Amino acid sequence: MKKINHMKYLLLGCIILSYSACRKDAKPIPEQDKSLLPPDPTAVVKGFYLLNEGNMNINKASLDYLDYTSGQYRRNIYNQTNPDVTKGLGDVGNDIGIYGSKVYVVVNVSNKVEILNAKTGKRISLINIDNCRYVTFHNGKAYVSAYLGKVGDPKAPNGAVNEIDTSTLQITRKVTVGRQPEEMAIVGEKLYVANSGGYSPPNYERTVSVIDLPSFKELKRIDVAINLDRVKADKYGDIYVTSRGDYYSIPSKLFVIDTKTDQVKKQFDFGVSNLWIDGDIAYMYGYEYNYNTNSNTTTYSMLNVKDETVLNTKFITDGTETQIKVPYGIAVNPVTKEVLVTDAKDYVTPGTLYCFDPSGKKKWSVVAGDIPAHFAFAY
Amino acid sequence: MYKYLCFPIFFICLTAVWGLFCGNAKAQVADTSRHKPAADTVKSRHLKEVSVRAGRISSRNTSATPLQILKGAELEKLNSFSVADAIRYFSGVQLKDYGGVGGLKTINVRSLGSNHVGVFYDGVEFGNSQNGQVDLGKFSLDNIDEIALYNAQKGTIFQSAKGFASGSAIYLTSRQPHFEDSSRSAGKVSFKTGSSGLVNPSFFWQYKLSDNTYSTFSTEFVHANGRYKFRYTNGVYDTTAVRQNSDITAQRVELGLNGKLPDSSKWAVKGYLYNSARGLPAAIVSNKFDSDERLWNRDIFMQSTYNKNFGDRYSLMLSGKYANTFSHYTNPDITTTTGLLNDRYYEHELYFSVANKYKINKFWDVAASADYEWSTLHITENDSAKYKFAPPIRNQLLTALATELHFTRFNLQANVLGTFVRDKVPVEANSDNKTEYTPALLFSWQPTESPDFRLRGFYKSIFRLPTFNDLYYTFVGYATVRPEFNKQYDLGFTYNRTLHQQTLVYFAIQADAYYNQVRDKIVAVPGADLGRWSIINLGKVHIKGAEVNAQATWQLWGSVLLNTGISYTYQQSVDVTDKTDLNYNQQIPYTPVNSGSVLIGAEWHKLAFTYSYIYTGERYNQKYHEAANYMPPWYTHDIGFTYATKLNSHKLKLTAEINNLLNQYYDVIYNFPLPGRNYRFTISSTF
Repeated sequence: MKKINHMKYLLLGCIILSYSACRKDAKPIPEQDKSLLPPDPTAVVKGFYLLNEGNMNINKASLDYLDYTSGQYRRNIYNQTNPDVTKGLGDVGNDIGIYGSKVYVVVNVSNKVEILNAKTGKRISLINIDNCRYVTFHNGKAYVSAYLGKVGDPKAPNGAVNEIDTSTLQITRKVTVGRQPEEMAIVGEKLYVANSGGYSPPNYERTVSVIDLPSFKELKRIDVAINLDRVKADKYGDIYVTSRGDYYSIPSKLFVIDTKTDQVKKQFDFGVSNLWIDGDIAYMYGYEYNYNTNSNTTTYSMLNVKDETVLNTKFITDGTETQIKVPYGIAVNPVTKEVLVTDAKDYVTPGTLYCFDPSGKKKWSVVAGDIPAHFAFAY
Repeated sequence: MYKYLCFPIFFICLTAVWGLFCGNAKAQVADTSRHKPAADTVKSRHLKEVSVRAGRISSRNTSATPLQILKGAELEKLNSFSVADAIRYFSGVQLKDYGGVGGLKTINVRSLGSNHVGVFYDGVEFGNSQNGQVDLGKFSLDNIDEIALYNAQKGTIFQSAKGFASGSAIYLTSRQPHFEDSSRSAGKVSFKTGSSGLVNPSFFWQYKLSDNTYSTFSTEFVHANGRYKFRYTNGVYDTTAVRQNSDITAQRVELGLNGKLPDSSKWAVKGYLYNSARGLPAAIVSNKFDSDERLWNRDIFMQSTYNKNFGDRYSLMLSGKYANTFSHYTNPDITTTTGLLNDRYYEHELYFSVANKYKINKFWDVAASADYEWSTLHITENDSAKYKFAPPIRNQLLTALATELHFTRFNLQANVLGTFVRDKVPVEANSDNKTEYTPALLFSWQPTESPDFRLRGFYKSIFRLPTFNDLYYTFVGYATVRPEFNKQYDLGFTYNRTLHQQTLVYFAIQADAYYNQVRDKIVAVPGADLGRWSIINLGKVHIKGAEVNAQATWQLWGSVLLNTGISYTYQQSVDVTDKTDLNYNQQIPYTPVNSGSVLIGAEWHKLAFTYSYIYTGERYNQKYHEAANYMPPWYTHDIGFTYATKLNSHKLKLTAEINNLLNQYYDVIYNFPLPGRNYRFTISSTF
């Protein structure tokens, strides 16, 4: 029976070997750096953050940073910079903004706003807000919209806007708005937030709530169209609001509200999924599903916000648009006027960030994270 | 790259162990003459068991399609709570497990996807037209006699058309009657308890109504609070938390009547009720570990089968089923204008099948079967994703023509399956009517005089229909989803041997190499915004794989009976959808290249010991291979001890199990952590 004894030891050895050899200790996901551009140490805009949403349930919202001064594209910086506070930035990064020296990252399913040091990306604080969506800033305050003001109350379908003091990083006030509010814009002392009502189709909301900032009360609701989404202010006192329609018979449209009268003054009968206003120009794209052709149609357009006319120029002129499967985010460098467009592709593989020069030619592109979407420029 | 090697190393080690054993066995052959006669009584007792075992394994040996079976005593000794746990020991199988007693558990065979697995319960398919997947976690092993997994299809032409209609098939057989001597009744009562607050009493009783009729009653209750510790770490941030909202309470009642008529035809009727309430634990993500989602299920079905041979040429098999499935889902995190999200789903299914077989001559049989299925789904809802949902009605006719040539050493089966589908949706556009014809060809060949070695192979083309979820949940556009097709090619051999000497009594091995192609894979992609997903046909996958399964029975020191089994799967399943994709030619998500299992069972008088090991190699949880998507290998060691004794006329059995002995924290599905070390105790009595 000697052989059987050998066998036992061998078996034991194998088990130990397989146990020790296979599983490496977990490590924070490392940042990936890549030289993308020639360094420009004098750049006025020092760089920008790109927030990648990541799909639901996978906790893969991620943050990239393009440093114009060094020319480095730093992919997925959060984990390596903050290995000790949490595992990953969270689930579905929905918005990002920079105010003063801090970055505010709104992470929807993780019910939190991460506040990071804009220079280092290190976490400064965290604010818990259930089902938070977008962030905007004014006068030392950050405003965060949330789909529900109170979670778990069957009689409370309305959303809310939370006010955060940017020095104490505490929620100071909260106001109830319409159902499932999305993006916000501030003109003067008024905050405009788009109500979507997305939890109860076909009973969508069709209003923009107007909040008086000093009193933090809802002044009124402006009737616009169903299922509102984006809100962007220009420098002429107008806000641009997108409606997503009902995905069936009511198409997506773009509306202009004059904040002096708080009335819709113009509408454009084409779909806009997202827009970025820089100076006098709004850069826009539309990505819509067509039931008849069973395919998606993508449009890129530009609009002069001074006189609200559609321009016949394009911000992509070299044919690169055919490579973009799903445009998902847009931003314009305020100094160089370069246009940044992201492609979310199939939503489950890393997307691509494209940069176009002011003449519409592709300058560079880089692989970003999953569902690259939201930008914040750092000065 | 040593990490790629660790399973092969382990496997090679085992093979080496095997070699030593075999070497030892050979040494023993020369020894037999000197054996003491005293061992003979023990030997004869064991040989009886071994022959039972061998009989079982021979079906594995002769099947034209790869067959893996767990059955009877072996199944009973396994550290498994549900069918899902047991099926992990099979090769070529990936279990999707969301964790805990109540977590959804579905399987994927040879990378074809969960929707390509047909689950048959006592011969009739346990369907789900809503999402096409069957939760194997809800079949407790308590009244299951046999679990058989066939790749492609069961290797017979005499079966329902449904039997031909899936990429692979699991046959679950409920406990068959076993009356001792002149007794009219037989039964079993058992009680399980253990980690996560598990309480699981069950009762099983069979009664002989007459010489040719018997009844079965089986019921159980399961409750678990579902709490278990898990570790959440990136190596620096490190926390241990308790899984929340993972509780389950479930009841199952089954009634059966089986009988034989004077003309020797056989009939069976079965009624089934399963009722459950459970929490749906959420993905563990940064800052959110809890969930309030809940799910209630109620499955009721009645099924009946009838078998008759007319003379020795014509055989008939009839079956019918009515199933009523209700589920109720709530999510208090979503408030609509009509209150908290609260959806109810009502599914009805009616099914009839006729199968005929005719023996033309002594080596040639033909068969024809036709199945009709009617299914419908209704929803009362307030969830936006189901807005504009129109209750569909699906009429499905399946016909199969099959033929078989069988000689002593060669068997050939061929069939064509015709599928005719007509969906009716009252409001929005219907899905197109679909007609598909799909063939299969199977062979099994014994090349030499010895029946121990056989070659086998098959080709099968099959598809899965888009489910109601795929088609009708949100947009009319969805109705354009086409069926997802796959083609399977397989070539393998089986070898088994019963050895009449002392140490190695029985040995069997089967190995297969296969190649599968999947096209028009049905995938969900987010639509206009992330809340609204579209279902589209996208994706091509090529799968190359090899599987090895081996079992051996040993008799050591006269009275120790040792059963061992290993399985190993190598699988290269690559995405070949689009050359410009970042993930082109990369292994598809959640599919390890290497996986395997080891089972060792030892019996000595009244004591039994089991050890099992499951290994799943490294995987990626998203399509693109990068560090953020990497999942390390996981492997669990489970052990169990059983003590069986007789108390008066009752057989009493006590079992203690320790699962995940080394307390490895792992996820099968990313962010859905599984339990670490956990315990289970069973006391049961048969009478």
